[in-house]
Amino acid sequence: MLPTPSTSHVEFDRIYEPAEDSYLLLDTLSSESEKAFLQQRFSRGTSDVVAHDPPSPFVVEIGTGSGVVLSFVDAHAETIFGRADILSAGVDVNRYACAAAGRTVSVAEQEQVAKGESHGFHLGIVAGDLVGALRPAMVDVLIFNPPYVPTPDLPALPTLSEEVAAPSFEEDSYLLSLSYAGGADGMETTDRLLDALPEVLSRERGCAYILLCAQNKPENVKQRIRNWGKEWKAETVGSSGKKGGWEKLQIIRIWRVESLSQEEEPK
Amino acid sequence: MKVLTLNFLTCAVKACKSTSAAFPLHPKDCELVSDTLEANPKLLFNILPRIDWNALIITASELGFPTLPPTPPTPEQLENDPKMMQELHTLLLETQISEGSLVCANCSHEYRVKEGIANFLLPNHLV
Ligand SMILES: [Zn+2]
Repeated sequence: MLPTPSTSHVEFDRIYEPAEDSYLLLDTLSSESEKAFLQQRFSRGTSDVVAHDPPSPFVVEIGTGSGVVLSFVDAHAETIFGRADILSAGVDVNRYACAAAGRTVSVAEQEQVAKGESHGFHLGIVAGDLVGALRPAMVDVLIFNPPYVPTPDLPALPTLSEEVAAPSFEEDSYLLSLSYAGGADGMETTDRLLDALPEVLSRERGCAYILLCAQNKPENVKQRIRNWGKEWKAETVGSSGKKGGWEKLQIIRIWRVESLSQEEEPK
Repeated sequence: MKVLTLNFLTCAVKACKSTSAAFPLHPKDCELVSDTLEANPKLLFNILPRIDWNALIITASELGFPTLPPTPPTPEQLENDPKMMQELHTLLLETQISEGSLVCANCSHEYRVKEGIANFLLPNHLV
């Protein structure tokens, strides 16, 4: 098992603390089946021995929180993707989380260096709303642990203001609520992200890993994605079903297959 | 944030995203810091195909880096041109923007960068 990155420097008063959902993402992304999928998708073809590698995959986590997932993927890129030259970046709506996640990635990379092992190439963390600041069709792997808990209301998104709110219990509670409160069915934020996927994912290689809980109605979500067209696939690739209860979690992988255009060509 | 990040970012204002002027964002009054990293030609080769070269030419010139050639070098050209290799290594892998702004040429909105974190949250009137 790959080591979990350290988040001991993170202030969990206002930043989501790694929990069962975060660890399910780590376990799923480093599972044998997902390593095989990702390595097949992003490593060099076997047909031509002298071929150059395919271009570096661009891996983005939306809603990094402490950065435990992004730093894990970056630090263990070689094990997960079969290549260390991935480009990693993160987005979070909470500025404090952005700073913490940047630090978490840097600590994890230093630990890899100390062990004489490789790590990915980290670009940075930006503050923002979901994929709003990302250029279309650039993301090869998108990872999202959403605010998935059903709540009566969705907290308002922070907007830009020059004065930074003084630290207070209310401000901290608000920032934390952004990390878990999902509105109706816990899906209001995830729905916005899903709607943006066809545009933000790269055409040939794009895929996404999204965490859902049972109240999010994962079967409906997967069916909705398949309804986008024959080239779209959605499958459950990880779950923490043993404990049962209302917060049963699963990870769905969403991806596009290339073969459609070839199938449609006359023989 | 690495300068290379700009290759993946655009203006977050909805009306801008479909316009060509929203990319690349233009650095303004930026403070740069440089990490010292070992040469990594393989990484550079594998990143180059991801880069919008015309945008990088603009970014490099706006940040005061040496003028880039009009077309991206092939791996073979890079291997035979240590100076170009070093310049791209410095620009793409080592240089970070720590403070300043990123400006959209379409709507003129300035995204502030503080302590290496660019803030793409929008003011109320642009959401
Ligand atoms: Zn704009």
